[in-house]
Amino acid sequence: MTPFDCISSCAAPMAEADIDTDIIFPARFLLHTERDGLGRFAFFDHRFEADGSERQDFVLNREPWRQARILVAGANFGCGSSREQAPWALASLGIRCIVAPSFGEIFQANCVANGLLPVVLPVADWRQVLRFAQLGHLIEVDLKSCTVARAGAARGDRIAFDIMPRQRLALLTGLDETGLILHQESVRIAAFEQHQRRQMPWLFNPPASPAC
Amino acid sequence: MASQTLYDKLWDSHVITDFGDGTALLYIDRQLLHEVSSPAGFVGLRERGITVRRPDAQLAVSDHAVPTRGRAEPIADLQARAQVALLERNSAEFGLRYVSLSDPRHGIVHVIGPEQGFTQPGLTLVCGDSHTSTHGAFGALAFGIGASECGCVLATQTLRQTRAKNLRVLIDGRMSRGVFAKDLILAIIGQLGAAGAVGHAIEYAGPAITRMGMAERMTICNMSIEAGARVGLIAPDETTFDWLHGRPMAPAGADWADAVAHWRTLCTDADALFTREIRIDASRVAPQVTWGTSPDQTLPIDSRVPDPADLADSAQARRCERALNYMGLKPGTPLEDVPIDHVFIGSCTNSRIEDLRAAADILRGRSKADSVTAIVVPGSGLVKRQAEIEGLDQVFISAGFEWRDAGCSLCVAMNDDRLEPGVRCASTSNRNFEGRQGVGARTHLMSPASAAACALEGRLADVRSIEPA
Repeated sequence: MTPFDCISSCAAPMAEADIDTDIIFPARFLLHTERDGLGRFAFFDHRFEADGSERQDFVLNREPWRQARILVAGANFGCGSSREQAPWALASLGIRCIVAPSFGEIFQANCVANGLLPVVLPVADWRQVLRFAQLGHLIEVDLKSCTVARAGAARGDRIAFDIMPRQRLALLTGLDETGLILHQESVRIAAFEQHQRRQMPWLFNPPASPAC
Repeated sequence: MASQTLYDKLWDSHVITDFGDGTALLYIDRQLLHEVSSPAGFVGLRERGITVRRPDAQLAVSDHAVPTRGRAEPIADLQARAQVALLERNSAEFGLRYVSLSDPRHGIVHVIGPEQGFTQPGLTLVCGDSHTSTHGAFGALAFGIGASECGCVLATQTLRQTRAKNLRVLIDGRMSRGVFAKDLILAIIGQLGAAGAVGHAIEYAGPAITRMGMAERMTICNMSIEAGARVGLIAPDETTFDWLHGRPMAPAGADWADAVAHWRTLCTDADALFTREIRIDASRVAPQVTWGTSPDQTLPIDSRVPDPADLADSAQARRCERALNYMGLKPGTPLEDVPIDHVFIGSCTNSRIEDLRAAADILRGRSKADSVTAIVVPGSGLVKRQAEIEGLDQVFISAGFEWRDAGCSLCVAMNDDRLEPGVRCASTSNRNFEGRQGVGARTHLMSPASAAACALEGRLADVRSIEPA
């Protein structure tokens, strides 16, 4: 996973609430089993006309947002289906950070697992960042100081955000969660299993296969 | 020990390491795998050169991409065929149980898990699918996860998770005729909002829940995610134990009594505190139908299409307008005047035998409107077989419905069951999102009985106006 420390980019404004993962990654493209190169399907039905041409009313098809690495999204962004293809596709488009008043929970966790920073802001702060995004300003997201600001803003004008320390660390270091658990927790996992096997043996001896 | 909610008990009994920041490493007792969210996890195992930690704790089945007709033939769509074959290959390579398409027990992952007794009270159970909350109906801590997390469970049998807050939905009163669990959960989502329960685990309780059978409880828990909650829970009771007893993968012999003794402890303590609580009177809930593009945009069937102009909040007004525009509806139109083109009875929300019976009770001896195409997709091969034993297949076929094989079908429209742009569907599924049933297709969520009523009338219809035959 690519580490995240600080990015500076224009931010694409996508202020509608409840943009679900079906909009971000339509289900018919889930038939692809690979995870790379999925950016071509991101927001497909909003991004392209039926003939494959770009829709001019879609923000990521317009300058300067075509190069945006930040999305400023509405509340409950990424709600719905758990499909990790949604953050894979966004990452493949070059998106590294999404700023929103709230997220769908599974999507938010999937973002962190893929090096995308989900920034949750109170609505008043979010509105300010949304305004910068709409004006095409350069926005800086710094995970070291946990702040968002218009590029070059004075320290006092930076907007602070909260993120769980472990998520922050994971993003800063590009940490591999599974690798870390295998490395640090194996003994405790085995001890838990041993205890549970004594307490609830039925959990460990199901029939070899479901029977008709 | 301080009083605990059911969620607290399930959480605490699975903590391996508490990281002290609101997150903990949880032991995962069971994982269900399907063809869409599992491939990356197996790639990860190969990259690390490791095996699945507990093959006995996994159950794999293809459900999302599978066709619901012509099942004796190879899958016509080559991508779908490859995806299904990949899960079969991965399962064989790593020694996991795989339920093949030709197996009579095949079906939707959230239907067959309970059916086989793989789902049990007290478990942590995950699946790379947001409707995993379904299994909470048994008092299991069950939640949907992403593909990376699927891989983590395959490798470690654990997940790091953030502890949720406790939200209780208390349901009093009796549902009136024509009102079902689906109507209740839609009304609850309407009250909470699509993001209303984000960060919370919902426990459903109260007399209306206690009276429900397992199918209804699964319908309720299934849609928790549509209010933003990953977890929906119902405390297990005699109804739960009776339902599970004798299931192929349920505890058997001497284990059964020990398991039930443990399961009886799985309830919220009398004085446990919830962060939030809402109350619903089931007797005041009317049959629901969604009018918009989010499951919280729901109304009683005898209402009119809402008017954005009536909404004080401008963001809410825009959201409403956007939904109406997609749905092709005019403010003020009586919902019952809206014609429909298609009916879908199925999905992990409403494809169990009880759902098919409820729909068949409306359809028996009657015919669908000529303008409507209607399909029934049972949740599993066993549901299908049971329905055929009861003659329900003949009721549906005589009414003009197509009688299909099990799968997710038109709930996710990944297979060849897809609607054309502008087609309006009365659907027993769980999401009315833009494009969910096909690009430009329009979905109205409702109960199986309501969907049957819509098929008869060729429009959104009030099931209460039709006497069960």
